[in-house]
Amino acid sequence: MTPPTDTEERRIAYGAAFTEGLAQMMAADPTVFVAGEDVGRAGGVCGSFRGLNDRFGDMRVVDTPISEQAIVGLGTGAAVSGLRPVVDLMFMDFILVAMDQIVNQAAKLKYMFGGKATLPMTITTSAGAGLSAAAQHSQSLEAMLCHIPGLKVVMPSNPYDAKGLLISCIRDDNPTVFVKHKRLLGLKGEVPEDPYEVPLGAASTVRSGDDVTVVTYGRMVHEATSAANALASEGIECDVIDLRTLQPLDMDTVIQSAQRTSRVAVVHEAVRFGGLGGEIASQIAEEAFDYLDAPIERVGAPFSPVPFSPALEKEWVPNAEMIGERIRALAAA
Amino acid sequence: MDPSPETLLDLHRRMVRIRHFEEAAGRLAEQNRLPGFLHLYVGEEAVAAGVCANLDDDDQISSTHRGHGHLVAKGGDYGAMMAELMGNATGYCGGKGGSMHICDLDLGMLGANGIVGGGVPIAVGAGFANKYRGSDRVSVVFFGDGASNIGAFHEAANMAAALSLPVLFVCENNEYGEFTPRDRTMAITDVVDRAAGYGMPGAIVDGMDVVAVWEAANEAVSRARRGEGPSFIEAKTYRFYNHHGVQTLGMKYRSDDELEQWKQRDPIELFEDRLAAAGVLDADGAQAVHAAAEADIEAAIAFAEESPLPDPDSLLVDVYTQAAYSGATA
Repeated sequence: MTPPTDTEERRIAYGAAFTEGLAQMMAADPTVFVAGEDVGRAGGVCGSFRGLNDRFGDMRVVDTPISEQAIVGLGTGAAVSGLRPVVDLMFMDFILVAMDQIVNQAAKLKYMFGGKATLPMTITTSAGAGLSAAAQHSQSLEAMLCHIPGLKVVMPSNPYDAKGLLISCIRDDNPTVFVKHKRLLGLKGEVPEDPYEVPLGAASTVRSGDDVTVVTYGRMVHEATSAANALASEGIECDVIDLRTLQPLDMDTVIQSAQRTSRVAVVHEAVRFGGLGGEIASQIAEEAFDYLDAPIERVGAPFSPVPFSPALEKEWVPNAEMIGERIRALAAA
Repeated sequence: MDPSPETLLDLHRRMVRIRHFEEAAGRLAEQNRLPGFLHLYVGEEAVAAGVCANLDDDDQISSTHRGHGHLVAKGGDYGAMMAELMGNATGYCGGKGGSMHICDLDLGMLGANGIVGGGVPIAVGAGFANKYRGSDRVSVVFFGDGASNIGAFHEAANMAAALSLPVLFVCENNEYGEFTPRDRTMAITDVVDRAAGYGMPGAIVDGMDVVAVWEAANEAVSRARRGEGPSFIEAKTYRFYNHHGVQTLGMKYRSDDELEQWKQRDPIELFEDRLAAAGVLDADGAQAVHAAAEADIEAAIAFAEESPLPDPDSLLVDVYTQAAYSGATA
C-alpha cells in the first residue's frame, strides 16, 4: 500500500480497514487484546489479523483452541476483570456453539449483577453467502443476536464504516458483535488513516430519492443501491438507508424517510422469515401507518439452508435484479 | 503446610457463617418469604471455606447455582445477600439477580450462575486477565460433578491448561446432578480423572474435612501464583438438603440411610471435635461463634425485610452501560 498524501484520498480494502482499526486500538490501549482460532501466527483465516501477532506478541494476540464457548468466556471473564477483549469467532455460524456464553452470560451480567459489572467485549465474526461455503459457513444470524437485551450488533457495508464501527465497538463498554461480510473483505474505499468512530446506532443515507425508502445493511447495501440506480432510469427514485448498526436500530432515520416516500422495502440477506425486516416493518407500521401508500415489502433469502452449488446459491442470495423487481412493483402499488 | 491455629479458627468461622445463612434462608423459604428457587449449600461448607481461606479479596471465584456458600466464604455481607434473596433494592444486585446471580465483584466473587458449567469459562477469563497483567492473583472455579459433563467445562479446562493460566478447578462432587446419581451419568468414579486428559495435576480430598481441603487448595493456589498453571481438586461431599428447597428425607432418588450416613460426617461437627481435641477451641468457644453468626443473620433478615422494594423505574436501568470511553486504563 502506498502511503497517502494530504491531497490524495487513501483507498484501502474493507478487511485492511478492520485490521488497521484493531491495530490502532491495541497500540493506544494496553488493555485491548484479541483472542480466537488462528488469529495469531496465521493472522486469521481471511487475513483480518495479519501482522498483529508479530507486532503485539502472543499474550495480546492469542491463538486459542477451537473452543467457542471458552473463547467467549475468556473474553467475558477478562472484561469483568478490567481488560477490553476482542474475541473472534471466525464465521457467524460458529456463534451458535457459544450461545450460552454470549446470551446467558455476557449479555446479561451487567443487569443480573445490578449494574456492577462492566463488559467491554467485542465479538468479531464473518457472515454471508456467495462463496459456496454451504449451509454451515454462510449464514446471516444477526436477528438472533438483536433479540437479546444487552448486546449491540453492527454489520458494516464499506471500508470506512468497518474501521469506524470497529473502533466504536472496542471503545463501547457493552458486549458488541461486529459482523463482517465475507464477500466485502476485498472491497476498497476511502479510509482515513487516523482513528475515528462511526457512532453506534446511527444509520446513513447512501442514496436519496422521494419515491421509495429502501432499508438495508451489510452487503445488501450494494445490491440495493445497484437496483436503485437502475430504477432511476425508469423514473423511480429511492432513498437507500444503510442501517450500519442493527442493535440499537436508528428508527428515526427510517421513519422520517418513510413519512416522505410513503413506500418502504426492507432488504437483507438473512432468511426473510423472522428476520430483522419483520421488526423494522412492524415499527414503521406502528409509527407511520397513516403515511404509507402500500404494504411494506420485505426482501430476504428464502426459507432454506444456504445451498452449496453455485447454481442454487445464486438463486438463494437476494441480488439487485430481484430487489429491483420488488421495488418496481412497490412503486406501482 | 499445616494451618496455624488462627487459620483453623478462620476456617471454623467461615463454615459456621455459611451454615447459619443457609439454615436461615431455608426457614424463610419454608415460610414463603423468599421468591424463586433456592439451592442450599448445607453439608458442603468445608469446600468453600477450605478453598476461600487461601484467597484474598482480589483473587476471583466463579460459582454455581448453589452459590451462597461461596460468597459467604469469600467474605460476603449477610445483609446484602439476604436482601438480594428477598428481591429488595438493597440486595447485592438491587433485586435484579436473586439467589442464582448473587455476586460481589469487590470481593472477586464473579457471580453464582443459573447455567450449570456457565461460570467455568468466565473464571478462566479472569485467570487470563491475571496472567496478562503479570499479577500473582488466581481465579477459582467452583463447579459440581454434574457440570463436569457439560462442554463448557471441557473447553475451559483445556484452554486454561493450554494457555497455562493461574486457575484452580474445584469440583464439588456431591454425587448427584440435580436428582440423578453420578453413576448414571458418567462411567468414572472420580471426576478428577478428567484433569489428566488436560495435562493438569489433580487431587481428591475429603470434602467433609475442611483442613484437607485447605491443604490441597493451599498447594494448588501457591502453584498457580508461582505461574505453574492450573490444577484440579475433587472434593467428595454431599448436600444435606434436596437439589432445591428444604426437603431432606423421603426422596425417591436417594435413600434416607445414605443421607444419615453422610450427616454422621457433618463437616462442622467433625471439625469442632477436632478443634476441641487439639485444644484450639472448646465447646463454649464454638458455641460463641454460632451465637455471633446467629445474631448477625437475625440482624441481616431485619435489615432485608425493612429494605425497600426496587423502584419500578429501575426496570430498564443497567441493560446497557451508558458511560463513554475514557481512554486506556491499564
